[in-house]
Amino acid sequence: MAQELKMLSKHLNFYYGEAQALHDVSLDFNACEVTALIGPSGCGKSTYLRCLNRMNDLIPISRVDGKILLDEEDIYDPSVDVVMLRRRVGMVFQKPNPFPKTIFENIAYGLRVNGLRDHTSITKRVEESLKKAALWEEVKDRLHESALGLSGGQQQRLCIARALAVEPEVLLMDEPCSALDPIATQKIEELIHELKKSYTIIIVTHSMQQAARVSDKTAFFYMGKLIEVGETDTVFTRPKLRQTEDYITGRFG
Amino acid sequence: MDIAASSDEKVFSPPPKEKVKKIGATEIQKAAEAIHNRRKVTQKIVFTFLYIAAAINGLALFIIIFFMLKNGLSAISWTFLTDIPRDAMTKGGIFPCIIGTVYLSFGAILVSLPIGVASAIYLNEYARPGRILRIIRLGINNLAGVPSVVFGLFGLAFFVIYLKMGVSIAAGALTLGAITLPVIIGSTEEALKTVPDTYREASLALGATKWQTIWRVVLPAALPGILTGAILGLSRAAGETAPIMFTAAAFFVPEKMPSSIFSKIMALPYHIYVLATAGTEIEATRPLQYGTALVLIGLVLGMNLLAIIWRSRLRRKLK
Repeated sequence: MAQELKMLSKHLNFYYGEAQALHDVSLDFNACEVTALIGPSGCGKSTYLRCLNRMNDLIPISRVDGKILLDEEDIYDPSVDVVMLRRRVGMVFQKPNPFPKTIFENIAYGLRVNGLRDHTSITKRVEESLKKAALWEEVKDRLHESALGLSGGQQQRLCIARALAVEPEVLLMDEPCSALDPIATQKIEELIHELKKSYTIIIVTHSMQQAARVSDKTAFFYMGKLIEVGETDTVFTRPKLRQTEDYITGRFG
Repeated sequence: MDIAASSDEKVFSPPPKEKVKKIGATEIQKAAEAIHNRRKVTQKIVFTFLYIAAAINGLALFIIIFFMLKNGLSAISWTFLTDIPRDAMTKGGIFPCIIGTVYLSFGAILVSLPIGVASAIYLNEYARPGRILRIIRLGINNLAGVPSVVFGLFGLAFFVIYLKMGVSIAAGALTLGAITLPVIIGSTEEALKTVPDTYREASLALGATKWQTIWRVVLPAALPGILTGAILGLSRAAGETAPIMFTAAAFFVPEKMPSSIFSKIMALPYHIYVLATAGTEIEATRPLQYGTALVLIGLVLGMNLLAIIWRSRLRRKLK
């Protein structure tokens, strides 16, 4: 299968005030592939992920240099509207964070803020998104009940459905299973397998097993640097560098 | 099977007595035992004190209401609630005062709620920390500390005279609005701070603008808290006397309903003040004074109750 390049970063540096959190990170993401970002806490993988949809813009003292290209367009270019960018690059967060609204409204929200008014069309898309997130069967009879009444795993799939509803091209997942039990985790992982047919997925995870199970490519971060990146199978069985091997075999981190 | 059971028993059987004592006889155990009674007594004294402090609050409200009921209940009648004052305010009712207080307090909230909520959104969601923000905050905090009679004089100078509103509902409501502004801003800011940042992030990540996020996610989640501020503001506005003395209140208005927002108006707190200090029959109208006070308390409690019910329904909807 010919790989199409969807997104990439070139010599990306990121600073929180004086402290440099990312050093010269260059990384490619292929369309319809899952890339896992692994590394010990504080290694910069979440910071890197949040550069990809410019979520870090919210931090007043932060600064970026280098380039991130989405379909060959620099997302940090002044001509790029960050609001439009974030619709194209969706995000699922570490803790499930549904709005205190109904299940239906949680998903309709993204459609409405992006200008969709027609109720029939909204209803149709809510259903489609819930089906894509493998949640429809569980919630179809309670769409107008509060989303906060769902279990943690269901809430996280709702958040995925919410992200999918606005038709992003890239989906960023920041440790999406860290607050979930093993069964809910398994459901999300199965979902990722399904979703990668149509989306480019970049997932930060603390679980080596999860990276091995869900990803095509794995990138290992350490101290704000990209240490090694490659096919997941290769990285886990024949890592090129000692540091990578130490981390994936559990000798540190 | 048998062997396993007996060995289990061994594991879980309590250790011999003397062993416990030996372990217990450490320095820290001795020290803890030595002060044990003393710290228990200290705790009891402190907790009792805290309880008394809390009880005093409840008791104070109870005493006030009891006192009002005892002295004023005899004055309450259908005529008292629905008629205008008669015979130089020694007879008749206080209906115009009730209407006046309702007009003034709702008018005040109408002024201060939009401005207060808008200011709080600016301060909490948009403003970058810095000198300007510090100065604005200093202004708000000082506004909260200005005595109400000063507000009254400000209202007289600015709204009544300079803006030529005259002594009127409009001038009174604007003056009371200025007084309630810090209350509304403070509680709205608190309410906005309790909205988790994860809501904001989730919304922005979907391609919502900052304003869409505030309007559709943050404000609805903060609404119960904002409502609390509105309740506090309303109660404050209803009970103030000094600010309306020069700006809105009239000694006596012969009509039941004000004809426009530029009419003078009677109001409950000012009516009490007038009856108690400047009336023709101060002693004889005591029951009327207490009755009026009782109605004022009842009105404020009633408005609070309504708002509290509304708030708890909102909270349930968010869950």
